Amino acid sequence: MHKLLTDSPGKEMLLLGNEAVARGALEAGVSFATCYPGTPSSEVPEQFFRISQETDLYFEYSTNEKVALEVGAGAASCGLRTMVTMKHVGMNVAADPLMTLAYVGVKGGMVILNADDPFMFSSQNEQDNRYYARLSGMPMLEPTNTQEMKDMTIAAFELSEELGLPVILRTTTRLNHVRGAVKLGELKPIQTKGEFQKSPFQFVTVPAVSRNLHKVLLEKYEKASAKSEAWPENRVAGSGSWGIVANGVSVNYVRDAIQDLGIGDKVSFLQIGWSWPLPKTRITEFLKSVEKVLVVEELEPVMETDIKAIAQDNAITIPIKGKGVGGLSRLYEYDPRMVREAVAEYFGVSHQEKGQVDLSDLPQLPGRPPNLCAGCPHRATYYAVKKVYGPDAIHPTDIGCYTLGLLPPISMADWLICMGSSVSSSCGFSKASDQKVVSFIGDSTFFHSGITGLVNAVHNNHKFTLVILDNGTTAMTGHQPHPGVNTDPMGVELTRLSIEDVVRGCGVKDVHVVKPFKLNKTIEAIQASKDYDGISVVISEELCPLFARATGQMRKTKPFRVNHDKCKDHRDCINLLACPAMYLWEEKVNIDKNLCIGCAVCAQVCPENAIVPVKD
Amino acid sequence: MDTKRCVFVGVGGQGNLLASRLLGEAALAAGIPAVVSEIHGMAQRGGVVESAVLMGDVTSPIVSNAEADVLVGFEPLETLRTIGKCNKDTLVITNVQPLPPFTVSIGQGAYPAVDGVLDLISKKVGKVISLRGNDLAEEAGNPLSLNMVMLGALIGSGAVGISAEGMKETISTSTKKAFLESNLKAFDAGMNSAK
Repeated sequence: MHKLLTDSPGKEMLLLGNEAVARGALEAGVSFATCYPGTPSSEVPEQFFRISQETDLYFEYSTNEKVALEVGAGAASCGLRTMVTMKHVGMNVAADPLMTLAYVGVKGGMVILNADDPFMFSSQNEQDNRYYARLSGMPMLEPTNTQEMKDMTIAAFELSEELGLPVILRTTTRLNHVRGAVKLGELKPIQTKGEFQKSPFQFVTVPAVSRNLHKVLLEKYEKASAKSEAWPENRVAGSGSWGIVANGVSVNYVRDAIQDLGIGDKVSFLQIGWSWPLPKTRITEFLKSVEKVLVVEELEPVMETDIKAIAQDNAITIPIKGKGVGGLSRLYEYDPRMVREAVAEYFGVSHQEKGQVDLSDLPQLPGRPPNLCAGCPHRATYYAVKKVYGPDAIHPTDIGCYTLGLLPPISMADWLICMGSSVSSSCGFSKASDQKVVSFIGDSTFFHSGITGLVNAVHNNHKFTLVILDNGTTAMTGHQPHPGVNTDPMGVELTRLSIEDVVRGCGVKDVHVVKPFKLNKTIEAIQASKDYDGISVVISEELCPLFARATGQMRKTKPFRVNHDKCKDHRDCINLLACPAMYLWEEKVNIDKNLCIGCAVCAQVCPENAIVPVKD
Repeated sequence: MDTKRCVFVGVGGQGNLLASRLLGEAALAAGIPAVVSEIHGMAQRGGVVESAVLMGDVTSPIVSNAEADVLVGFEPLETLRTIGKCNKDTLVITNVQPLPPFTVSIGQGAYPAVDGVLDLISKKVGKVISLRGNDLAEEAGNPLSLNMVMLGALIGSGAVGISAEGMKETISTSTKKAFLESNLKAFDAGMNSAK
């Protein structure tokens, strides 16, 4: 049984924040869940995926976040409690349905889990999605710890149903990926079917309907505002004259700072758990009760700006500051010391910090950037493309493990902004320059948002080569399925779409399917695509070795070794492939047989044929 | 209750996330409040993996620079790279057996001499416990049990208020049965080398 199905109310478990969200959804009776995975949100749907195999919960990995939200909206319109999860940039993809779903509303409670990524541990930007609540009019709740991740998920479902409006649960990496004690509540039964009641003048957003629905949304906003005033998680601790306001994970940093600085009797600390609509009256009372205010919030000065506006409305003239105090900036994530120092500076508290160790005498340390795994098929494809095109072609790339092709010695990623941008930007690059363009996209990303760009390339007669790196899974986020995956080994029977059929169906005439570990044939195919006058697609098919191992699909192959009698130390293997199974020992290349998966790519690259299978 | 801030650092695949999670579970079982902080995703692909366990009256999930009470390093270069988390009183427990990063193999930098690394660390912190973690794991019957060796050394050092029995109980309930014997052996080996 999945541990989140533990039916022991009152029991405490150490749960990952994302597990706590999934548990909260189960305690709220979630019946329908969808997502496109994305760090740091991915562990929520991972739980749903497994739990859906044991219970009546319906769960799907949808093609992208827009699709996930629309699928979920259909279910919620039938009255089922529905959760849709995504990372912050996924919400950009889902923004189109998000904005008008707020007009149409929902019948069953719908919670959208949004995971922001301050510091960009695994993301291309650190946009602050609190703006989406303001933009769409959907209420937003912000938990501060693992227990609240669960509790607020339940509250969000109830609130959503009460308002008839989806609720956004906003989290950040340091909440998603923190484990803490969570007290379990009761599991609710799963409702397998609801019923849709027709009401086209409520649900079909032609202008005449939407003009009314916008009014309805504003009425819901007023109702939400009133509820937010009485919300218990918008709470004040202490009654001193120094005001501090914080949200999300920063609440912990402030709490610890107050304790470490011993200023509990001087501070009033307002924690904002329901961050949109803000409890304006509550904030006004708070502002009237203190002499100055520090706002502690990661990323944008969202609350700071709003609180200043509330002060202006109420002719309150006390100092209100946030960004710019100490190290508090719009960049990256905060940490306990940064917040403690900012609090101490702003309120003039003398304090003694622990001395930093002297780092001036540290030698230059070699870097350890993330790298493609030993036996990763992307490495072979990159090698083959470079062999044909040399170093000068432009390589728009996309989002996945293969983005690591950015680093030397591969150095084959030139431009990236978002999911799917490889294909569409290639149209611009190839038209606006005389340089050759070979772009890279992964299989899951291709389904997510590469297909529309490819259709555009065909229709507008663009000329470039698109390489689809098909490793049979969504590798970077933890091996989720996508429409092109054979899901049988994962225990679910879903219909598999052939990428080749999709590509041909889009009208591409020059299509090559290669097995990248067969280097010569792969190079031939890439050469043919280079010679073709038009749009070419090369589909490079080979399972991600980690996924293959985890699902029992790994071929039995012998690892390889270097025959040092034959090796003449060209080092093409290590210098061109950068496989982490290779290392230098006494100035000779060696292969770690525990890491080598026997892909034999290095053996094909070696000019002396000195790389051979390990003998038994 | 005293607060304890432990930072774990290693290389993707060495298992430090499991070690920090087990420590968190053992703390919870012993009635000690704990938060465990991890990083998943892109950073894990063969790169540096850092996690933290904060115990006692503290709710912030991360450890700022200079604020680690204990730094557990699974790889000597990474221990040194993370030294900024330490202060003059910090206990450092480190494996001394290198796992050279790939950049060294392709000529981007040299791996520093391990003796020098240990000297540098010793000069900056309160105490260093160093051990040949990979050898101990291998002797315990499973080269992948380095994380149990390091966990054993942490408990053996007495730096966190978790008993060996409590930790072993958690290992028994939360790790794979097939590896239990070697895990416990590795744990003991780590513990003995830290006493």
